[in-house]
Amino acid sequence: MNKNITFTIDGKKCIAKQDQNIVEAAEDNGIYIPTLCHLKGIIPSGSCRICNIKSNGRFMTACTTKVQEGMVIENNTEEIDELRKIIIETLFVSGNHYCPSCEKSGNCILQALAYKHRIMIPRFAYTFEVKQVDATSPKIYLERNRCVLCKRCVRSIKTKDNKNYFAIEGRGYTSQIILDKKLALNMSDEEAQIAMKNCPVGCILKKEKGYIEAIGTRKYDKIEIGTEIEIEA
Amino acid sequence: MSKKITIDPVTRVEGHGKVTIYLDEDNNVKESRLHIVEFRGFERFIQGRPYWEAPVLVQRLCGICPVSHHLAAAKAIDVIVGAGTGDGLTPTADKMRRLMHYGQIFQSHVLHFFHLASPDLLFGLDAVPEIRNIIGIAKENKHLAVMGIMMRKYGQEIIKATSGKKIHGTGAIPGGINKHLTITERDSFLNGKEGQNIDQMIAWSIEALDFLKEYHKNNKSFIDTFASFPSNHLSIVRDDGAMDLYHGKIRAVDTNGKVVINGIDYQNYTDIIVEGVKKWTYMKFPYLKDLGKEKGWYRVGPLARMNTCDFIPSELAQKEFEVFKHYTKGKPNNSTMHYHWARLIEVLHAAEMMKELLNDPDILTGELVIKGKKQYEGVGVIEAPRGTLFHHYKIDNNDQITMANLIVSTTNNNDPMNMAVNAAAKEMMNGQAQITEPMMNAVEVAIRAYDPCLSCATHALGQMPLELTLKDINNNIIDKKRT
Ligand code: SF4
Ligand code: SF4
Ligand code: FES
Ligand code: NI
Repeated sequence: MNKNITFTIDGKKCIAKQDQNIVEAAEDNGIYIPTLCHLKGIIPSGSCRICNIKSNGRFMTACTTKVQEGMVIENNTEEIDELRKIIIETLFVSGNHYCPSCEKSGNCILQALAYKHRIMIPRFAYTFEVKQVDATSPKIYLERNRCVLCKRCVRSIKTKDNKNYFAIEGRGYTSQIILDKKLALNMSDEEAQIAMKNCPVGCILKKEKGYIEAIGTRKYDKIEIGTEIEIEA
Repeated sequence: MSKKITIDPVTRVEGHGKVTIYLDEDNNVKESRLHIVEFRGFERFIQGRPYWEAPVLVQRLCGICPVSHHLAAAKAIDVIVGAGTGDGLTPTADKMRRLMHYGQIFQSHVLHFFHLASPDLLFGLDAVPEIRNIIGIAKENKHLAVMGIMMRKYGQEIIKATSGKKIHGTGAIPGGINKHLTITERDSFLNGKEGQNIDQMIAWSIEALDFLKEYHKNNKSFIDTFASFPSNHLSIVRDDGAMDLYHGKIRAVDTNGKVVINGIDYQNYTDIIVEGVKKWTYMKFPYLKDLGKEKGWYRVGPLARMNTCDFIPSELAQKEFEVFKHYTKGKPNNSTMHYHWARLIEVLHAAEMMKELLNDPDILTGELVIKGKKQYEGVGVIEAPRGTLFHHYKIDNNDQITMANLIVSTTNNNDPMNMAVNAAAKEMMNGQAQITEPMMNAVEVAIRAYDPCLSCATHALGQMPLELTLKDINNNIIDKKRT
């Protein structure tokens, strides 16, 4: 019973499988919809809103919305582009991002999105909020100044018996990412490596190894974010 | 009545420079002080950062010599990751870092000589500021300007190929390096078109030396005596006494050439060097513990290195070194303006070293990183273009930096630069309590022989000019000029 669904993005006819979310359906049709908090293979949380698209005159997050037969989707429009820019700029000013010395530079989704959207200087004032780093666990240096609270780590990094290594503590402005101190003691190198990889920014750093990839060889040194999806099609 | 002159911002010295000249009753120079507003922010700022970030982070304290900080920090962090104290890296890592360093020495010295110092020589001390720059040089001697620009570019490309970027790269990582050179890159450095190849660099280095030697011949007394004074000299040298700008042990000679410190592992630099303080500035004044505060201050940089090493391990530079040594009959050379001569010998040496390294297959393949047992403290020392550079870090159990101490070249040269400024001021004061254009230039020229780069010591970026203040015996300002 695998009936295909047909829909359009910015006028282009697309085909999707049933139950696919819009981000992945778009991808299969060679169209990139920017994402930040969404991580393929885990349940989307729809928290960052960078994947906003418009359908039937309504904004919706493409990572949490299932594609439906006959859907008419707007993705690459001035209005949406502007909205995404605002979100990216807000993320920059609410953290403390010093890209030149950040080891995630070149592999960072936030930075790559900023480049893609040609952001030079955010329109909002920096908050310069002081955030505490947490270096107490053996494998991970938690650089909260760069956390975008996307919860990718919370949702994807678990112990073998399915306990969460990471959690969000507090609410609203005071919320911050924490790493379970006890569990962290037994975190393996592989888990730490994956945690760093799954964090879209430079908040989760695997200790003792940095800047391994030379400038010029890092993911987004070579291509602009999203172009790999557009090229494959 | 004693009077005071202050020269502020040295126009072609990067950083913030203020000079105060104190006069006595007869309007003779009594004392001169170079004030560099040293900002210890970086040492504070880096506390709490993960140690592997240090090489990338601290290089930002200077826009001119970031590679030196990058490498000195990396060497210190090598110790922390258990990769030995400077000679434990893989051949690939060691050679790639050396290539990066010689590229940096080359481009920085070229900038220093061609862009910043050669206008003083071509146009003289009383020339107007408008022509005393690289554009003025281009009008007067196009070939010289082109050489300067092309040589600098070559060095910058070497830095880019080894560190990832022309400034503020990431190449040196704890325990090694993060890349090889590609064959294409290597070949273009060896045989590149339009003057961008290593043999051309060597030829131009010799040409630059010939230019300086010719100038020297015609301006002997200025080059030999201007702002000169005896001093100790310090650098690292290789175990066999060879010049080695990347790694070695600490050696110091006194003004007669007697070796007063030798074979000291720089991990123990605090055993032999004290960072002295003076009331009128936050800048430190390092001196050799054994010789004491009054007699223990020393010079670093190209001139000092010529005085400390026994030979230069590359053929053409060694020949020039012999000429240089012969000039003072084997005795230490204490002429401030001979810094430029020594600098150009190092330019040639750096070019020769780059050629040797580029022809070494280890830079193309081989292990990049090595690590051992973690340590909690490490010191990294390198001969930066302007002299010995110390980086010292301590970390805690969480891998966070708890202490950083940097002694930059400018700080090492603090006493000598004050001496040089004083000597220059003395020469130019002729009983009149006022600041003249030649006097301002002379002070600048004296500082510039040592350092175009006060930025390093001040931890500020960008160019800031010089202000000169003249003060009388009662500390009253009687004249003040800025460039
Ligand atoms: S996390 Fe990304 S955006 Fe933030 S400093 Fe690092 S590279 Fe820049
Ligand atoms: S640590 Fe990284 S993955 Fe986790 S919430 Fe923060 S930004 Fe997202
Ligand atoms: S990617 Fe869809 S809301 Fe973040
Ligand atoms: Ni500097």
